[in-house]
Amino acid sequence: MAHMRRMAAIAALAASSALVLAACTSPSEDPTSGPTDTGSNSEPVTLTWWHNAVAGDNGENPLGDLWQSVADEFTADHPNVTIEIEQIQNEDLQRTRIPTALQSGDAPDIFQQWGGGELAAQVEAGYLMDLTGPLADTISSLGGAVAPWQTAGSTYGIPFQFGVEGIWYRKSLFEQAGITGEPATMAELGDAVNKLKAADIVPIAVGAGDKWPAAHWWYNFALRSCSKDVLQASGTSFDFSDACWVQAGKDLEEFIGTEPFQPDFTSTVAQTGATSSAGMVATGTAAMELMGHWNAFVYDGFMETDEDKAALSADLGWFPMPATASGAGDPTAALGGGDGFSCYIDAPAVCADFLAYIASADVQKRFAAEVGGLPVNPEAADSVTNENLKELAAVAGNAGYVQLWLDTTYGPNVGGAMNDGIVAIFGGSGDAQGVVDGMTAAAVVQ
Amino acid sequence: MSTIETSGKAAGPVGDTSSAGPRNVSPDLMAMRRRDQRRKWSEIALFTSPALILFALFVVFPVASAARYSLYKWNGVKKFSEAEFIGFENYTRALWGGNDPATQQAFKTAYSEPFWQAVGHNVLIIVASMAIQLPLALIIALILNRKFPGRSIVRVIIFAPYVISEVIAGVMWFIIFDPYGIATKFVESIGLSAPDGGWFESQTWGIWTVFFVVTWKYLGLAIILFLAGLSGVPQELQEAASIDGASWWQVQRRINIPLIGPTIRIWVFLSLIGSIQLFDMVWVLNRGGTQGQYATIATFMMQFGYFRKDVGFGSAVAVIMFLISLLVAVGYMLTVLRRDNDNSEVAR
Repeated sequence: MAHMRRMAAIAALAASSALVLAACTSPSEDPTSGPTDTGSNSEPVTLTWWHNAVAGDNGENPLGDLWQSVADEFTADHPNVTIEIEQIQNEDLQRTRIPTALQSGDAPDIFQQWGGGELAAQVEAGYLMDLTGPLADTISSLGGAVAPWQTAGSTYGIPFQFGVEGIWYRKSLFEQAGITGEPATMAELGDAVNKLKAADIVPIAVGAGDKWPAAHWWYNFALRSCSKDVLQASGTSFDFSDACWVQAGKDLEEFIGTEPFQPDFTSTVAQTGATSSAGMVATGTAAMELMGHWNAFVYDGFMETDEDKAALSADLGWFPMPATASGAGDPTAALGGGDGFSCYIDAPAVCADFLAYIASADVQKRFAAEVGGLPVNPEAADSVTNENLKELAAVAGNAGYVQLWLDTTYGPNVGGAMNDGIVAIFGGSGDAQGVVDGMTAAAVVQ
Repeated sequence: MSTIETSGKAAGPVGDTSSAGPRNVSPDLMAMRRRDQRRKWSEIALFTSPALILFALFVVFPVASAARYSLYKWNGVKKFSEAEFIGFENYTRALWGGNDPATQQAFKTAYSEPFWQAVGHNVLIIVASMAIQLPLALIIALILNRKFPGRSIVRVIIFAPYVISEVIAGVMWFIIFDPYGIATKFVESIGLSAPDGGWFESQTWGIWTVFFVVTWKYLGLAIILFLAGLSGVPQELQEAASIDGASWWQVQRRINIPLIGPTIRIWVFLSLIGSIQLFDMVWVLNRGGTQGQYATIATFMMQFGYFRKDVGFGSAVAVIMFLISLLVAVGYMLTVLRRDNDNSEVAR
């Protein structure tokens, strides 16, 4: 009897908690959003905006300040619009906040968008506003830089920054080792590595402890071994059966065999502390590092005074990643990536207008001049002052084509499997086939 | 677990009274008893339901959800209603690479092998805890059990690592064991060299470095528990033994250690469960290593379920981990701890 009653009580409890849970999990419509067409009329609308510009260690936040003034200007022009900004640290924003907000059905109207496979997954789930029609002019003015924010011929995000990667190096260390010109081929890079080793300088620093900096070496070998068609098709077909993918790993194994990197590189992180790969270049322990456009500012962060910053900046050089001697890839192709914003599917139509304002020549010029960023709007190109960034922009402009970072292209699952496989090559526990195996497996389950 | 057990025990006597009820008692008395019964049950319901509701909401429901997600292919981005049902494939992929011959090899290298590597690390930590932490903590506790000046200060110092936040301790050891850090300098100064690849990244020594850090972190708890147990051992027994000529070591071996048996067994239980679920320290120390050199089941789950957004697979790993914990916990309760529980009931 008692047993029966206990069961009944448990059943009742379970039923009541199920009701509570059902109430919690039932899809609720956000009362403030909805397919409202308030682009030009005066009905008050509020745009929520999540971006990743947070203050640095020194308390300064030039990008956050720019975004605030951009929002203020826009609301001054559109008195019915209020913009509520939330600044969220990059990894929290990308990994936790945005996915959770999208799942909950109560997402911000405007949020940071990195493009590629992640964008494609969000589009497939029906979370993003199609900007192809409303922003046709903006999209055509930005040219090819928008490609990573497009899928199946439609545009779902507008970039404000895009850059390619290459090798940053210290001119003084090159001089010390007797290297006269920037390496243009893999053989010349190998020569430079040998000369630096002879001069007792770490040739190349790599932050393999963070995985992705190591993975970028493999991306570059894949860019040379795989043809443009194979690379670009892989972003949607997830077919990695072409022999060029294994070849990329073999090229990497061969390169690692020449011992160009600092010792214990899988214990080195990319950006934190003097023993990080960026720290090693900034402090003059290592001569080179393969990195994106952002590293100009990462190096700056290791310098205390403006004079030190200026001296380091003058000593820093940049050259594109040399092409391998063989392979089906375009030797002038480059890898790159950037930042943009998307509008949530239910955001007010004025959201698209705001994205157009962010990508306008005026805001982009200020982005280059005040923040030191690398703008996507061609009209703002002249506002870039950093010599290395100018060179980087020129390389991007002349590239046969620019391939988005492969991990971003493939999304978190295949991209993560790829990075894990690559770092295993670096650590000596994996091989070229292992990378392809991991990507193939992840492609099945994604 | 313990909640279920307690409620089971609480119900026992109630059942006995009601079945013994109808013999030789007047209807009035029976009505009174029934009222008592009702009151008793309404009290139980009143006092336990808040806790039970919370338990159901935050423990039972998530576990059931994880079990449900584990049967789907779901990337955590699209709505769950659109996820594809794939049965037990997530489980078979983790355990032996799945049943599809076309992809089995790929899943074996990319999913199954790292999974078993992580399981192996958990097992190693369990075994090493029993073989190294237990005797070490016991010896230190026995030594500290004597009266000497500054005893309480020493106890505080020993317990300090346990109180320090996991993240702070992790970052601290990560810096100490940097390839250019103080640990490397120290071993070099005594003529040895640091492991190849770095302390944590070494394929051989990585897991042992982590075990060292974990031991540093949790040994204090074991020592304090044992000391608490030792303080309950009657002084007279030790004195009597000493008078009979027993040496210090004999007193420990014949009196102190056997008498703190229940405490030791409880610590072993906590240590077992803690080792299976070990996550935070390993995660702070660079997420289980770039190649999973010291990954545990929990960090493996986080890597796949959260960072790779393979929520279905991550949930399957979570369920496997839950089942292992449950089996170990129930098995240990029914065998080793049963004796202690029975004893305590007799004592009562």
